[in-house]
Amino acid sequence: MSAEKKPKERIGVYVCHCGTNIAGVVDVAQVSAWAGEALKEEGVVIARDYKFMCSSLGQELIQKDIKEYGLTRVVVAACSPHLHERTFRNACAGAGLNPYLSELVSIREQVSWVHTDKVAATEKAKAVVAGGVRRVVHHEPLEPLHVPIHPATLIVGGGIAGIQAALEIAEAGYPVYLVEREPSIGGHMAQFDKTFPTLDCSACILTPKMVDAGNHPNITLLTYAEVEKVDGYVGNFVVTVRKRARSVNEDLCTGCGVCWEKCPKKVVDDKFEAGLGYRKAIYVPFPQAVPKYPVIDRENCTYYQKGTCKACEKFCPTGAIDFAQEDQILTLEVGNIILATGWQLFDPRRIPNYGYGRLANVFTSLEFERLSNAAGPTGGNIVLRDGKTVPRSVGIIHCVGSRDRNYNNYCSAICCMQSLKFAHLVHEKTGATVYNFYIDIRTPGKGYDEFYQRLIEEGTIFVRGKVAEVTDAARNPGEEGKLIVQVEDTLIGKQRRIPVDMVILSAGLEPPADAREVAKKFGISCSVDGWYIERHPKLDPVATMTEGIYLAGCIQGPKDIPSSVAQGAAAAARIVSKIQQKEIALEPVRASINEEQCSGCRICNDLCPFNAIVFHEDRMVSEVNPALCQGCGTCVAACPAGAIRGTGFSNEQILSQIEGLLLLNLAGKEAVVQENA
Amino acid sequence: MADTAEPKPFEPVIIGFTCNWCSYRAADMAGTARMKYAPNVRLIRLMCSGRLDPTFVFKAFASGADGVLISGCHPGDCHYLNQNYKMLRRYRLMRRVLAQLGIEPERLKLLWASAAEGAIFAEEVSKFTEEVRALGPLNWNPDRGLQTADKVAVSPDHGPSSIEEVKA
Repeated sequence: MSAEKKPKERIGVYVCHCGTNIAGVVDVAQVSAWAGEALKEEGVVIARDYKFMCSSLGQELIQKDIKEYGLTRVVVAACSPHLHERTFRNACAGAGLNPYLSELVSIREQVSWVHTDKVAATEKAKAVVAGGVRRVVHHEPLEPLHVPIHPATLIVGGGIAGIQAALEIAEAGYPVYLVEREPSIGGHMAQFDKTFPTLDCSACILTPKMVDAGNHPNITLLTYAEVEKVDGYVGNFVVTVRKRARSVNEDLCTGCGVCWEKCPKKVVDDKFEAGLGYRKAIYVPFPQAVPKYPVIDRENCTYYQKGTCKACEKFCPTGAIDFAQEDQILTLEVGNIILATGWQLFDPRRIPNYGYGRLANVFTSLEFERLSNAAGPTGGNIVLRDGKTVPRSVGIIHCVGSRDRNYNNYCSAICCMQSLKFAHLVHEKTGATVYNFYIDIRTPGKGYDEFYQRLIEEGTIFVRGKVAEVTDAARNPGEEGKLIVQVEDTLIGKQRRIPVDMVILSAGLEPPADAREVAKKFGISCSVDGWYIERHPKLDPVATMTEGIYLAGCIQGPKDIPSSVAQGAAAAARIVSKIQQKEIALEPVRASINEEQCSGCRICNDLCPFNAIVFHEDRMVSEVNPALCQGCGTCVAACPAGAIRGTGFSNEQILSQIEGLLLLNLAGKEAVVQENA
Repeated sequence: MADTAEPKPFEPVIIGFTCNWCSYRAADMAGTARMKYAPNVRLIRLMCSGRLDPTFVFKAFASGADGVLISGCHPGDCHYLNQNYKMLRRYRLMRRVLAQLGIEPERLKLLWASAAEGAIFAEEVSKFTEEVRALGPLNWNPDRGLQTADKVAVSPDHGPSSIEEVKA
């Protein structure tokens, strides 16, 4: 009782084996024994190691010790705090200890998984534990901040993933804003002909869902619109949306279609028809568009360019054409956001040796979808670029722009099945000989490999090898007037030249061109390839690192329709459960200013990116508004008077952690100094 | 405790400050992907690199670190809009102050690492460890301060980048 230096806290240290994940490299028993002995003066009263600290038995161990040893602080050395910080906080709370009086230090992601030298790793683990012990002494009991959740949800992107998510949330009874950049929802799925492996027509299964989304009383469609700005935080986002002028009054328009029949200006449709067909200057992208209102493309409309025409206005029976319409800026309050912004096709012009754009009869996969689609520019007839010749032989090249270190390393996931589908459609509609040039056939999905087997039986020829070149330079009379596919057939070990009439490039999927900008707008991160990063690659592929922002569909990574639908529904379920909780607990990591110490210099005022610091002219002091503060801590570091305190990351906590991390070295160095002296 | 008796080859100790959103996650990613790097760095997680108080860096050097790594989101990618730029200003100042204190400014390294750049994080940590190893243990001598500061400003020994840093 009367010891001269009595530690003020009673600390428990728990070192996790994580099976062999940690114990295989770090001598966990040694670490815990060392902590129990060497850190006694720091207040460690019990140190243990256990196979799986995160298991219920591991958590019970902590809870028992809190009660038995009267622990006032807990340090767990295990995985990254991003994985299990919450687990151990809850364990402490369960035993009546304030959850913020615990600290999880990482000896897995940052020690055992990245180091091979067992001795060095064990020493580092000790240092990390010492850092945690020194830090935890300065932890304070905190209460999470509770903020209400706005029941509305914003969904960005009206493809199949976004539509599915919107319907799920709307069905649960909550309002949804579905924002789509194009004039109609539907996304890429609306362009497809058939879907693999069942070959049901894409439009037939998609359009009922589009109509449901369009008619649902809880869904507000904002098409031809884009998100401009996102403010706020989970539960209380304020989103600014620009609804571009359609030049058509939606209240009056009936979607009768007279305007686009009468419009004299034909424009190549490079979006929906992939450049193969035409639309008018006033148009709906496709007949089943939702909403049914057309849009005037002002860049191509004769009236906007030359000042005369107005044919559409003349013929419109309801007077819905409004040339003076302006963009609308809408401000939406939402609690959660789903990003379902999809993908864009890899531009095969980037691979010049495949000749796309130079050789007429080289098509992209999207072009072929339109060619084969009964509602497409050729009425579903698979013909060459001249519009009439039916090909007698077709080559389909896989992995164009995917699995290629010159372009994208990743596998685009859908191209194998898509190519098999193309082969089937060509075979069925034209009877042509079909070659599939593949590196590997990847058919992991329900009914997918059976489809591949069916194609083999149908007589499609499979050539294993990466195509070197597609050329029209014939070397013999048999090749005259044909496209020659130069490929190394790796199964027979020979170069082959295969003459065909038509080549389809099964191009890969890429993130939309502006994906990085959009990510920045929403405060989430992109992978090296540009796809958005999920919270956890296996256990949480739906949420992002930013609370309240979720992902659905291809923007998280290339995937097929069933996976996109599943992810859309999953994101919706997550949000509905959040809305039903009515409020959300936020980390109480906030800055606060001690008015006694504040000199009123106002340095912090300008540093805050969220304008969370207000200056009181009367008292000449600054104050932090905790509702706006996001807890970055920049003001804490900048305050010359040291008057600002960063909860959870206070100066004492960080400085003590530094001391702790260097504890072993200090001891070592002092010893050396003494020896020298 | 028992193993301090034998003279061991110099192993530098580096304290690394990482931000919660990018660089700490880069370190996590390096771990998840089992990339290997030198065990000399010990990380501290801050919410943002903007939280980095220069005191932390000097405290680390004073407490026995041979090098300090500061790591944050890439410019323009900060989770808190632009706070990493504020850290960048402090970083440049700290390099000058370190030189004036007689500590080689090269012992302080700045690394931008996004959450996806585990490989870059791992590689740069190993590289920095070797750089600090080459500098040798930090035998801090306050009397050397002014002299070294002069040297930094004129001598090409420290490489063009550091002179630029100092002048900036």
